Amino acid sequence: MLPAIEIRNLGKQYMLTNAPPYVALRDVISESVKNIFSKKKNPGNSFWALQDITLAIEPGERIGIIGRNGAGKSTLLKIISRITPPTTGEVIIRGRVGSLLEVGTGFHPELTGRENIYLNGSILGLKRTAITRQLAAIIDFSGVEKFIDTPLKHYSSGMQLRLAFSVAAHLEPEILLIDEVLAVGDIEFQKKCLGKMQEVSKHHGRTILFVSHNLKAINDICDKAVLLTKGKMMIYDTVEKVINTYITSLDTGTNERELISATSKNIYFSRINSFDTNRKNKYVFSSGETVGIAITVQNNDWSGAFTIGFGLNSFSKGRILISHKECRVMQTKLSKEFVVWLPTEDLTPNSYSVDISLLDGRKETIDLVTDALGFEIALANTKFEGLGYDYGIISKELTWQSTE
Amino acid sequence: MEKLTTRIKPPSDFSPGLSELWQYRELFYFFSWRDIKVKYKQTYLGILWALLQPLGMMVIFTLLFSKSLKISSGAIPHYPVFVLSGLIVWNLFNSSVSHAAESMIENANIIKKIYFPRLIIPCSAILVAFFDFLMAFLVFIVLCIGYQQPIVWNAILFFPAGILLSLLSAFGLGIFLSALNVKYRDFRYTVPFLLQVLFFASQVIYPLPIIQQSWLKNILVFNPLNGAIELFRAPLTGTVDINIVIASLGSCILLTVIGLFYFHKTEAYFADIA
Repeated sequence: MLPAIEIRNLGKQYMLTNAPPYVALRDVISESVKNIFSKKKNPGNSFWALQDITLAIEPGERIGIIGRNGAGKSTLLKIISRITPPTTGEVIIRGRVGSLLEVGTGFHPELTGRENIYLNGSILGLKRTAITRQLAAIIDFSGVEKFIDTPLKHYSSGMQLRLAFSVAAHLEPEILLIDEVLAVGDIEFQKKCLGKMQEVSKHHGRTILFVSHNLKAINDICDKAVLLTKGKMMIYDTVEKVINTYITSLDTGTNERELISATSKNIYFSRINSFDTNRKNKYVFSSGETVGIAITVQNNDWSGAFTIGFGLNSFSKGRILISHKECRVMQTKLSKEFVVWLPTEDLTPNSYSVDISLLDGRKETIDLVTDALGFEIALANTKFEGLGYDYGIISKELTWQSTE
Repeated sequence: MEKLTTRIKPPSDFSPGLSELWQYRELFYFFSWRDIKVKYKQTYLGILWALLQPLGMMVIFTLLFSKSLKISSGAIPHYPVFVLSGLIVWNLFNSSVSHAAESMIENANIIKKIYFPRLIIPCSAILVAFFDFLMAFLVFIVLCIGYQQPIVWNAILFFPAGILLSLLSAFGLGIFLSALNVKYRDFRYTVPFLLQVLFFASQVIYPLPIIQQSWLKNILVFNPLNGAIELFRAPLTGTVDINIVIASLGSCILLTVIGLFYFHKTEAYFADIA
């Protein structure tokens, strides 16, 4: 039997990311006018998000894709689902593809639940007749049958997610691409979804490609996995082997990253790194461990005071906290390192990312790097064992009371 | 059963063709259905607005240009009929182009997550404008009856011909602008201005023959809207200036080819830049 997905020498090149991806016509015109006089061409930096990926996936296999933030996992799924074209190589897909890159795509608040099922289903590639046939099952699975003829804007976000996943779970493609959807809903519903996905793949022979930060979910669903590191395929093997390789690579891995500013030449962030209290470079921390984040500011030609802004984000749930450091005038033609120490007792095992910003005296942004750095707090704590996949953001003991 | 095989390769120059668009016709239908439904759910006046807007303009133009400035209405006896016939064709073009131009940015979140032929999005924006047009067309018929406007029944097919020319021109310009809007975000601010210029270059409020300077007239015939309005008014006037139609059709086809070419060229990268 021919493989369901054949990937040959696949590569994807992006142009420099710090600049906004779209341009203003005004800038293009003024740039080209400038270029007439200066003859200087902007060479433009590029990087390879994916390189030399070769992979054959048999029908009915469930493959997990793991790797750190920016390793190219989502890019790979985006190419396979045809959202973005590859730069080199090719992918041959045998069968219909359904992608769940985010649940609820195309939901409209003004339409009712029922209308949204049709709209969302057809966006995901279901035929109208197929939706009608499955309508009862979809509504039943979502558990929102009471509100099915109410406009979506009156739904809670949890209800919207249930409805969205329910449509997605009833897709009948031969190949299913899933990106980080298990972080939604309550435990009960997650289990239901997981069960549905396993049923779909085991009994109907569907091929599943599953991207997640959650190693436990990958371990539960997939039988094989691929590890991506900086856009390259490191290992393709059984789930246990790949997860082990990944975890060992994390211990020795460094998180250091050089930064370039698109907006400011006078003063900007030049480097960011994370380490533990012994200043040993680190990417994965155990819960309770203090995370040190070193931010280097390069001052070429800035003679005023400035403020460094620090924002901590949860990978799936948005901004958690912010902190600021007011800095006095700094000598020019010099770089300086600022370390921020982040205690993590209160954070749950999860993936986190850091945004940093540089503000001038009037608190206006000079430089801003979103997702400058990512780190993880590993699931070492048995407290969360068996409690589904979503532990929230804050780890706190609550007191319980019950009536006798 | 033979399985569907898809080959994904770096983008090439030739177009994958319209067969794929046909394959996704249901999605096309759902997008249009969503936009029409949402549009009329969100406004209190709903469909009434689609009727009142051209009627209001008709009254203003009649007072201003016919009663005050004494602009002739050509072969059509009543100025209100004359101006409304031009207005509804213009409105079809105007709202098609402006909605299509915005459509790609408005649907960026879907484009970034799901694959489908991108052409569906501006096309369904145009279909929504067409729906409004149908409403306005009913008003137009009522007005014709009210003014006892004679209709040349032999020329009745010029109605759909004019509508088609207007739609095709709007499609060409609309998809071109929609792709341009994704790439150059500040371009959208020039679209209303561009449309305003086109409005005055179209024979909506004046008949083209009253233009005195022949050089100006020779330029204006290349505005595809002039051909579309010329065709649309043929059942009312009984005559059609074939030169206007040919010149308009030529520029309409050119516009469509350029639009399709540019859209296809940028299409593959919409998800990266949107």
